[in-house]
Amino acid sequence: MITSRREALIGRVLLVVLMLVTVVPFVTLFVTALHPSGTYPSGLSWPDDPQWGNFVTAFTSARMGALLWSSTLIVLGVVPLALIFGTMAGFAFGQIRMKGGRVAFLLLVLGLTLPFEGIITPLYFQMRDFGLLNTRWAIILPLIGLFMPFSVLWMRAHFVSVPKDLSEAASIDGAGIWQLFWRVHAPLARPALSSLAILLFLWTWNQFLLAIVLVDQPDKRTMAGALGAFQGQWGTDIPLLCAGSLLIMTPTVIIFVIFQRQFVAALLQGSVKG
Amino acid sequence: MTSPIDPAPRSATAPAVAVGLAPAPKTDRPAVTPGRVGRGRRSGRGRGQLIGWLFAAPALLFYAVFVLRPLVLTVQYSFYDWNGIGAAKSVGFGNYVKVFTDPDLSQSILHAFVLIIFFSLIPVALGLLVAAAIRSVATSKLGAVARVVLFLPQVIPLVAAGIIWSWLLASDGLINQLLDLVGLGGVTRAWLGDFSTALPAVGIIGAWVLVGLCTLLLSAGMSKIDPSLYEAARMDGAGAIREFFTITVPGLRQEIGVCVTVTVIAALASFDIVYIATQGGPGNRTMVPGLQIFYLAFSEREIGLASALAVVLVLLVLLVVVPLQWFTREDGS
Repeated sequence: MITSRREALIGRVLLVVLMLVTVVPFVTLFVTALHPSGTYPSGLSWPDDPQWGNFVTAFTSARMGALLWSSTLIVLGVVPLALIFGTMAGFAFGQIRMKGGRVAFLLLVLGLTLPFEGIITPLYFQMRDFGLLNTRWAIILPLIGLFMPFSVLWMRAHFVSVPKDLSEAASIDGAGIWQLFWRVHAPLARPALSSLAILLFLWTWNQFLLAIVLVDQPDKRTMAGALGAFQGQWGTDIPLLCAGSLLIMTPTVIIFVIFQRQFVAALLQGSVKG
Repeated sequence: MTSPIDPAPRSATAPAVAVGLAPAPKTDRPAVTPGRVGRGRRSGRGRGQLIGWLFAAPALLFYAVFVLRPLVLTVQYSFYDWNGIGAAKSVGFGNYVKVFTDPDLSQSILHAFVLIIFFSLIPVALGLLVAAAIRSVATSKLGAVARVVLFLPQVIPLVAAGIIWSWLLASDGLINQLLDLVGLGGVTRAWLGDFSTALPAVGIIGAWVLVGLCTLLLSAGMSKIDPSLYEAARMDGAGAIREFFTITVPGLRQEIGVCVTVTVIAALASFDIVYIATQGGPGNRTMVPGLQIFYLAFSEREIGLASALAVVLVLLVLLVVVPLQWFTREDGS
């Protein structure tokens, strides 16, 4: 028992240290953002005259409003469609289980670990041929495809665990398969769906490679993609760069803090399944 | 009737047996469903098949057009000498030979493996130690706060992590300030700009992003280990170290497998952090395959070479991940 108390103390100390290591970088960023624009502040030091205006400057000159809107549009293009298609396929592979479905499913699973760099070059030419380069569709459409392996796997895992007799009962009551899916199965899948929605939102919002390769204009990109251009613009003005970076990560952090329970659950499960 | 637990897929044409249905599982979703018994009560069996494929069609279509097709094209391009505009000239395996013989290209692959130490080995090892140490406080209030805080690096874009750390590791940054403070002023430098420290410095950024994730995953896994095992070990006089290696590590086999898989992929396919923090420099010291592909394809217009490197990268990931999956899933169920 004595050892266990000592261990608890060690555990607490370690946990606090790890949390500090995680948080201090954010604090530095914040403190640095308050220094006069154009200066080279040193590490962690509170400025004599905090320049809160830096955030406004960064917001307006980076056209944050447009960036936010663009990211939102991209998320709205990707997430609902990826959810619907992933759920439908998960339902097919997990409940209907058609002949040959396993082969198709394995083909999908194959894409689970695919690095995006592996297909980015042909994707560029494909988007050019479709005439979609420099439009948000160039990010939206491929992302739906790229998210399919994970989404289908995730939803299939849910549908596999739903007892078959539920479908039986509903079809005896005269429900068609479409009604069965929308009225019975989709509502039951809500917990799995909301976790998946959170993960897809996060991955879309933070997507960088597709954004910088397929779209030239920063304000048609995702938030993360815009950040790249942002750094090019202000790479030398450290306080403004810090202010801008903070602004750009704020939306996800706010949403994360509000829905932290669901986020943590989704992220934990998500990494297990991925 | 077959065993109620039957993971093998059965077609909808299997005999319809609707008796002896297993009870519906409770809220928790088990990995293997208990009741895969009554099936195929649908009238037209052929129609069920067709409907199944119709349901899967949109997902498969998007996957085929935006993933499989480009993947096949990458392989095709990898045999060309092509600048993306003019005519492509077939060069056989020439590009692959170049990937492994051109020092710049083979170096970038080597760098990716060095990054595995930082992105994977350190977070998993540290995560294991911390998870073991915080076992008693993981469920406390502090633990609940930690769950939120340690996930923060997962929530922000990797690009932002790159920017944050570029500043921390800069010559005026916090790291050097701290080193000065403890009397190590002699080793201060621009960590990301120094030939000898740039790659480890990039690695540190990845470690920062991934260590919290690993800790929480392993910690969640530990909460599922039967506490009586620990009690029994204590009774047998096992110390903390013995306990760690005989109970914790084996009990976390699956979670460790997940952590290693996720982090190794992050290392091999790293792009965002390197692009922002160093752009591959100084010299080529932090060049990684992901970034090299990007430069080759979109700045140097060497589509064939970029594609060959892309194929190699995909194969490397599979080469590392597939055995890992096999190893951890083996006795998983």
